Order: sequence, then C-alpha cells, then structure tokens
Amino acid sequence: MKVRKEYLDALEKLKKDTLKMGELSQIAAKNAIAALVNHDKTLASNLLEANSVIDKIEFEIENQCMRLLALQQPMAGDLRLIGTCLKIITDLDRISDLAGDIAEIVVQIADEPYAKPLIDIPRISEITQGMLTDCLAAFETQKIEQLQDFSERDDLVDGLFGQIRRELVAIMIENPRAITSASHLIFIALHQERIADHACNIASRIIYMVTGERKKLE
Amino acid sequence: MSKIETIDLNVYYRNGSVHGLKNVQMKIEANMITALIGPSGCGKTTFLRALNRMNELKGAKTTGKVLVDGRNIYDPKEDVIQLRKKVGMVFQQPNPFPMSIYDNIAYGPRIHGQKRNMDSVVEESLKKAALWDEVADRLDENALGFSGGQQQRLCIARALAVNPEIILLDEPCSALDPISTARIEELLQELKQEYTIVIVTHNMQQAARVSDYTAFFYMGELLECGKTSRIFERPDDKRTEDYITGRYG
Repeated sequence: MKVRKEYLDALEKLKKDTLKMGELSQIAAKNAIAALVNHDKTLASNLLEANSVIDKIEFEIENQCMRLLALQQPMAGDLRLIGTCLKIITDLDRISDLAGDIAEIVVQIADEPYAKPLIDIPRISEITQGMLTDCLAAFETQKIEQLQDFSERDDLVDGLFGQIRRELVAIMIENPRAITSASHLIFIALHQERIADHACNIASRIIYMVTGERKKLE
Repeated sequence: MSKIETIDLNVYYRNGSVHGLKNVQMKIEANMITALIGPSGCGKTTFLRALNRMNELKGAKTTGKVLVDGRNIYDPKEDVIQLRKKVGMVFQQPNPFPMSIYDNIAYGPRIHGQKRNMDSVVEESLKKAALWDEVADRLDENALGFSGGQQQRLCIARALAVNPEIILLDEPCSALDPISTARIEELLQELKQEYTIVIVTHNMQQAARVSDYTAFFYMGELLECGKTSRIFERPDDKRTEDYITGRYG
C-alpha cells in the first residue's frame, strides 16, 4: 500500500504544472520568431497576453513548492524535484519574458522590410527549440542523455549570434538608414542567445534532479 | 582507526529463531554523530544495543565482532561493567531514578568507587547536559518532579557523569515536545566535540539535522551508510530513498 497519497499526488501535480509552464514558454519563444519571420503583428500581440498566464502559473508552482517544503519535509529525489522546479520556473519565466521582448520588437518593425534577410535568427530558433524540447522530455522521462551536448549547442548559438551581430554592424556602417531595423534585429538575436543560456541552466538543474550531481552547462 | 567497527555482526533472538541483525559491517567515526534509521523492526535498536552488549541482557546471541578502539567487546575477557561505563546509553523514555537530581548524577560515579569531588562532577555533568542553569538551586529535589525534557537531559548528564567516550541514544526525543527536542539536538552538537554519539531516530528530519553520518537498516541488514548530506540528498539504494521519502515505513 502506498502511504502519503496526498503528498505523492501533490508531487505529481507539481511535475505536471512545471511541464505545462515549460511547454507554454517554449511555444512563446517559437511563436515570437514565427511572428518575426511572417511579419505577423497579431501573433506578436497575442504573445504579450500569453505572458501573464505564464506569470500566473509561475506563482502557482512556487506556492506548491513552498507548501510541500513547509508541510511534507521532502527528502532525496523528492527534494531534488522541488528544488529543481523552484529554480527552473525562473528560467522558464525569463524565456517567456524574452519571447515577449521579441514580440514587442516585432510589433514595432513588422510593417517595414528588415535590414537583412532572416537566415541565422531562424537557425538559432531551431537550435533553442531543440534544447527546450529536450529539456522538457528529460524532465518528464528522467532520461538525461540528450542534455549532455548542451554546452556545444550553446557554443553554436553564441557563434551564430556573433555572426549576426557582425553582419548587422556592417550593414549599419554601410547604410545608416538601416540602423533602427538592424539594431532591433541584434536585440532579437541577443534575446535568443539568452534563451539558449536559460535552456542550459534548466538542463543543469534537470541533471541534478535526476543524478544528484551538480554540473554547470554553459 | 574508527572509534567503533563492527565485523560480521549477527544477533539472534528467541533461541535463535529470529535473526535480528545480519552480517553488519560498519564503521563509526570518533567525535561524529551517527544516526541509525529504518522502519520499525529493522534492527537499528538491536544494533545500538549491540554496541555495549545490552542485547545479552535479553538473552540474545551475538556473533561477529564489535571493536571499540580496536578491542573486541565480545571477547570473553572484556569487563562488561567497564564497557558500559565507556559506552553510555540514554533511552527513549526518560528514566531518572526516584531520587534527587544530585543523587541521580552521583549514582554512577559512586558505584564505580568515586568518593571525592562529587559536587564538581555533578555540576560539570549538568552543565555539559545544558541543565545546570535550570536546576542549580534545586539539586535536592526529586528528579521525577521535573519536565520530560529536563528528565531526559538529566539522563544524559547521568550518562556523562561516569566519563564515557561513546554515548548511545535510543530515540531520545520521541517522548519530548518540540522545544525540548530542539534543546537536546543542540546539546548533541556540543557533546560531539568530546564524545562519539550514535543515535537511533524515527524522525528523518532529526537525523538529517543532527547527524554527520547516517546508516539505513532494513530487515536486519545495513543497506547503506554514508555522509548524512549524501544519504538525504541522493541515496544510492532505492529502498533508502523510498523510506526517507515516506513511500513506506
């Protein structure tokens, strides 16, 4: 017979809600770039509203964690799960905030042609989306093999960001009228690069949750 | 060298029909607090009692070795009285003798032949047990008139009075309120500077709070023993994890 049913149910709910928040943050990041690529101001505006839902879930999860810590005296794997949720919801919230920042820029620039064709920004998005998908899968299944190469993937994103920045700076030097659009795109690339950093943080915490070992991925 | 080491320790009860401890190999370090945890009937108290040969008072049979400072306490030549002086014990229920605080403390030293400096032994023991300030002007009062927490600290003081090196505690806080429990836990941290402490507890949080090492017993076997911080954060054995997270027990 299982004892502490209420406790186990609460842990299960915590997992489910954190996963839900993860999915919503991932969708926000994906849609922000979709809105950029498609010059879709409506999608971008909807994203800004979706952020408040994610904020609400974050508080709810934090409450659940605090209650579990205060009332249930969790240990071992349970304690690591709760500690991980408490940490990663901050990263997930930042990811959705960054997606919101990208959406705000899209609302401003979607009506005009961009300073350069979008090639590397969607590539960064593809990589970060892959990282987030792997994080959520690892969180759910407790299998962490797919998180081991996150440092390399993050290096790839950093490289692409550097490349985008150099190109856009060159464009701005060549054509001062493109400065507004180009600087917006630099910010978008920077936000994406930050999203990849948050994915690395999340992966580190999930590795800790599963193995108990602290390993910094960056 | 470890303060205590058990080698192939087995304890049998009821004419050998119950195998209470099975081939336990364990090392207990000096000036550390070691917590013994596990579900009821797992052998943790039996193990504790094996460390000063208390099980034999109940007719249990013990095989294997328990080395204290390298000497096997089950060697027939060992003096059990001296052993129990060196390895003191405090029980679950506070059990002061029905006499004054002073006489409770002086009882042990007196039966060991000590006659001088009894006042200072009583004072020092009570101070070490963090009880002196509360009872200094009531040393003649009957110990049974004090609170449970005070009685338990008196029992600790009584154990300290004969100058032990090791203190065994069998769920010393289970009959106490939270404040008294906190006092005892704080006291253990002070006492470990001078003594080696082994504590049986059902309270996971207490084990995590007070101990340096934790040993998990299950069905008479020692399943896992290691640093407390590791045992409670990432135990190796699934059964340890299931127990400390309350999946059973």
